[in-house]
Amino acid sequence: MNANELIRSSASAMAAKLAAGEITSVELVQAHLDRIGAVDGGDSGVHAFLHVNTEEALAVAADVDARRAACEQLHELAGVPIAVKDLIVTRGQPTTAGSKILEGWMSPYDATVVKKLRAARMPILGKTNLDEFAMGSSTEHSAYGPTRNPWDLDRIPGGSGGGSAAAVAAFEAPLALGTDTGGSIRQPGAVTGTVGVKPTYGAVSRYGAIAMASSLDQIGPVSRTVLDSALLQEVIGGHDPQDSTSLTDASTGLAAAARLGNVKGMKIGVIKELHGEGYQGGVENRFNESLELLRGAGAEIVEVSCPNFGYALGAYYLIMPSEASSNLAKFDGVRFGMRTLPTEGPLTIERVMGATRAAGFGDEVKRRIILGTYALSAGYYDAYYGSAQKVRTLIQRDFAAAFEQVDVLISPTAPTTAFKLGEKLSDPLAMYLNDVATIPANLAGVPGLTLPGGLADEDGLPVGIQLLAPAREDARLYRVGAVLESLLEAQWGGPILDQAPPLAELVQTHAAKEANS
Amino acid sequence: MAAINRDDVAHLAQLAHIEMSDDELDRMATELAVIVDSVKSVSEAAGPDVPATSHPIPLTNVMREDVVGHVLTAEEALSGAPDSADGRFKVPAILEES
Repeated sequence: MNANELIRSSASAMAAKLAAGEITSVELVQAHLDRIGAVDGGDSGVHAFLHVNTEEALAVAADVDARRAACEQLHELAGVPIAVKDLIVTRGQPTTAGSKILEGWMSPYDATVVKKLRAARMPILGKTNLDEFAMGSSTEHSAYGPTRNPWDLDRIPGGSGGGSAAAVAAFEAPLALGTDTGGSIRQPGAVTGTVGVKPTYGAVSRYGAIAMASSLDQIGPVSRTVLDSALLQEVIGGHDPQDSTSLTDASTGLAAAARLGNVKGMKIGVIKELHGEGYQGGVENRFNESLELLRGAGAEIVEVSCPNFGYALGAYYLIMPSEASSNLAKFDGVRFGMRTLPTEGPLTIERVMGATRAAGFGDEVKRRIILGTYALSAGYYDAYYGSAQKVRTLIQRDFAAAFEQVDVLISPTAPTTAFKLGEKLSDPLAMYLNDVATIPANLAGVPGLTLPGGLADEDGLPVGIQLLAPAREDARLYRVGAVLESLLEAQWGGPILDQAPPLAELVQTHAAKEANS
Repeated sequence: MAAINRDDVAHLAQLAHIEMSDDELDRMATELAVIVDSVKSVSEAAGPDVPATSHPIPLTNVMREDVVGHVLTAEEALSGAPDSADGRFKVPAILEES
């Protein structure tokens, strides 16, 4: 198997080849580093990575190879490389959160999920690009420049985890970690043709994920197959005493559910409010085809209504900035990150703080901090934050009523395919609308999975299909997701990512175009 | 609900400790007015009988035994600080008098 074939296989297939001694982890890691070198950098590359961890990744790989040669019992994914969203702290590598305010900062500790990756001996290839502090739906709000969609380098890779999704779609990494506050794993998954999962709130520890909105944030897997996400969630999941919101009874049997993959007799609910008007025609077509495939596999498809989902976007854009304004107060130029001195006037800590935050935060972060400060201010608290928390109750009730009727819910993951870079940058509201289908799951804490549902008729770009299950029932998502994935692969003649144009050629053409413009 | 204006943004920026130029204040006021207007339906969604939910899962206080665990050393804690001295964070004056 040559290097190109090697990097295009699934993580579980890579793991099987490692276990059988057909390849070494050093070969596998080097093949991915070579791919990163070929397609990621420069002005015309994908720019999925903010930092590449060459030396350490190869050292971990060599260690795994030595242990395997000595017949040591290793984790199934030992030696399979992974990329980590740069919102998750890692010792020995920079963590920037996509912000200037943390440029060059090195965490003195590892996030719990990173500790688990290290314990499983998975080489960490590097840190992936994101919208600053995970605020955005396009990865254009990164202080270090946008990530480009591997399907079309002039388009966005989704956000905020565009780097993680693009790395996996571009075959730069078989697996990645993301964080999902309002859809930041699932929406990038949809527009890059990858699989992404937001686990049940609390099923994966958030210790060491730089908080944006603590009651909504969730770390989760990004991969190219449903089984790979299940395997990765099993690595990173479980109770963590260092996270007070960590569930003690976390989901189990995820990979087994993905391998079982059976929908016979299951009831699948189509959320009336999350398709139709406002959704691109090609997205709707692929969605309807997915329903037909599931019906053909023995599932019963019924329509359910979640009448309060119409308020979810508004409630989210009050709760999220409110929590963000509080969480980001710690970036004060005292304990970590940059410090900027005011150019004139007295040099007090208050003015240094104001100047540091002015210089360190980008526009979107400032916008959300101000909005959150407003929503929490005396006189407006009840009207904004308080009302939004009530909507959260209504959304939870909608989910509870829906899950009394059906086993899982289904919708398109995003209303459109990937839009052009810059297209919505000056219109925050239009940008926020991209998360309309993913946000309800975060408000209610239920798990969600996106998988590629094919290509849209209009533009040939990937369409995401979203599955949602009750809290703690993550296994159901993997069970249904695996069935739909295999049916779609049969229909499209293989994985949807195989339909993507050759990336190395795209990068060259794009570079030539840029040079001529 | 009241609309958000430029003076509000200036006041909020002060509360949030973010210095803003005149241009930034103008732009932010316009953008936030549109955003605030778009979310106002939220206040009409639920009546007084609907309780607020602050968190997706019920929270309980988490306690641990009062024993010394692994904590960062002073050196590790200071490793990312913009300025430090004598094993402590060094900050500019709090009051204007020097």
